[in-house]
Amino acid sequence: MSDLTRLTAAQMADAMAAGDITSVQLTQAHLDRIGAVDGDVHAFLHIDAEGALATAAAVDADRAAGVELPALAGVPIALKDLLVTKGLPTTAGSKILEGWIPPYDATVTRKIREARMPILGKTNLDEFAMGSSTEHSGYGPTHNPWDLERIPGGSGGGSAAALASWEAPLAIGSDTGGSIRQPASVTGTVGVKPTYGGVSRFGAIALASSLDQLGPCGRTVLDTALLHEVIGGHDEMDATSLNEPVPAVVAAAREGALGDLTGVRIGVVKELRGDDSGEGGGYQAGVKQRFQESLDKLQAAGAEIVEVSCPNFEYALAAYYLILPSEASSNLAKFDSVRFGLRVETGTIERTMGATRAEGFGDEVKRRIMLGTYALSAGFYDAYYGSAQKVRTLVQQDFAAAFEQADVLVSPTTPTTPFKLGERIDDPLAMYLNDVATIPANLAGIPGMSLPSGVAPEDGLPTGFQILAPAHEDARLYRVGAALEAALAAEWGGSLMDQAPELEVRS
Amino acid sequence: MSSLERSDVARLAALARIDMTDQDLDRMAGQLSAIVDAVAKVAEVADSDVVATSHPIPMANIHREDVVRPSLTQEQALSGAPAAEDGRFRVPQILGEEA
Repeated sequence: MSDLTRLTAAQMADAMAAGDITSVQLTQAHLDRIGAVDGDVHAFLHIDAEGALATAAAVDADRAAGVELPALAGVPIALKDLLVTKGLPTTAGSKILEGWIPPYDATVTRKIREARMPILGKTNLDEFAMGSSTEHSGYGPTHNPWDLERIPGGSGGGSAAALASWEAPLAIGSDTGGSIRQPASVTGTVGVKPTYGGVSRFGAIALASSLDQLGPCGRTVLDTALLHEVIGGHDEMDATSLNEPVPAVVAAAREGALGDLTGVRIGVVKELRGDDSGEGGGYQAGVKQRFQESLDKLQAAGAEIVEVSCPNFEYALAAYYLILPSEASSNLAKFDSVRFGLRVETGTIERTMGATRAEGFGDEVKRRIMLGTYALSAGFYDAYYGSAQKVRTLVQQDFAAAFEQADVLVSPTTPTTPFKLGERIDDPLAMYLNDVATIPANLAGIPGMSLPSGVAPEDGLPTGFQILAPAHEDARLYRVGAALEAALAAEWGGSLMDQAPELEVRS
Repeated sequence: MSSLERSDVARLAALARIDMTDQDLDRMAGQLSAIVDAVAKVAEVADSDVVATSHPIPMANIHREDVVRPSLTQEQALSGAPAAEDGRFRVPQILGEEA
């Protein structure tokens, strides 16, 4: 075989099962690729070559001995550095956790180990997942493999860039307001935020507990579904975990790939389609064009396209930037210089906390903690946090009404293709606008997917197509997503990633 | 809704236990004011008859049997601490000299 890193995860699993390749070969090929391009991309914060190869060798030995193995055994994976990993450094992208070695595994980490998947390393993110560009990482930004001067999205830019630079076939992300879907959109990859509670969050360093959801990232819809089934399911270590079976997302992806969407009603969210009014203004022409072409493909596959209106989405972004900071200010109180992480000792413990948090947190984290402290403070609570929680109800009611008329809802994932590193770093509000289309799903707890819809003609950079489904109906995302992916691949004569520019290989 | 003054930000920073220099306070006051002005619009639609939502998926309390289960050892729990002594977290003095 030529370049093993160019296979899909499903093809890798098949090739190992057929005895054509070994997991050690496959894992080494990815480690070599990381060595060759990650100096420029900077997707990884930590690489565990030894651990990955040890897992791979054990899988190969068991396979040779005829032991029955899980579906993705031997397929390497990258983990967002928000997941704790026993014995491997975990930073959440923050200097306050530099050098911390967790004494336990997150549930998702454990499931990946049980699935016998070699863990290549930990991927970069905006500090504590606060951001849309990875520029808020305490360890420097990740670069978009399509154009190294541009953002890879965020917060999960490291995981998305690892996929888009062929450093890993699969990755884990976390999505609080779009941190899986927006990076997928701007890197030409696939990402899914499952229904809230669908994947255990035990051992995921919390940002905003009523919004956070871990999810799978891949280069194809089927690969993403395969990973979804590995990580999903009930976990008594997470009190918000759904006590119900994992949706049959792999079967849905295979069904969708057959290309027949007869009887499926697809709702275009008027407020998110990029008309030049209201919150939806500022959509790039190429984003709108590729979105419309994707709609045409879905219609040609037999789907019925309807327009739906969600009038309260106009307030979703504002509500999100009250709820998230409020919850984050509470969740991040644990970084107090006592149990783990940095300590800058300065007199009393109170002074030590102030000095530690000043040195350990970056500006965006400080902004959000203080915003949350403000929104929750006496005299302002009702007007800010209380009102935001009411908007959350209104957004849920909008979704409920829209799902009366449609089986799934769709929109462009992000208003623009990736912008340049540094372009919005000094303007927090402009940065927040990236997430206008992804945030409503988190407020309502519903599942969402982003998959490639093409490249914008004006700049040659990827555009994303977002699909949203009612809570617990994650399988619908995969059916519709796989159908669109198949239709677009037929037109392009391959996947979008085949169109990505080659990165310079350095030894 | 009002903008945040420098003194407001200083009070928030103290509550949040984040030391700030004068330059930090000035910069944050401007940025936080802009954000607060933008998010204040939630009050426009938050009528008193709208019920607040705190959790996206309705759930009842989760219970389990109250039995001892395996957990981190004392050594593991202390492994990441900046300082430990006699099997406990060691912290700087809690009260100032005057106490």
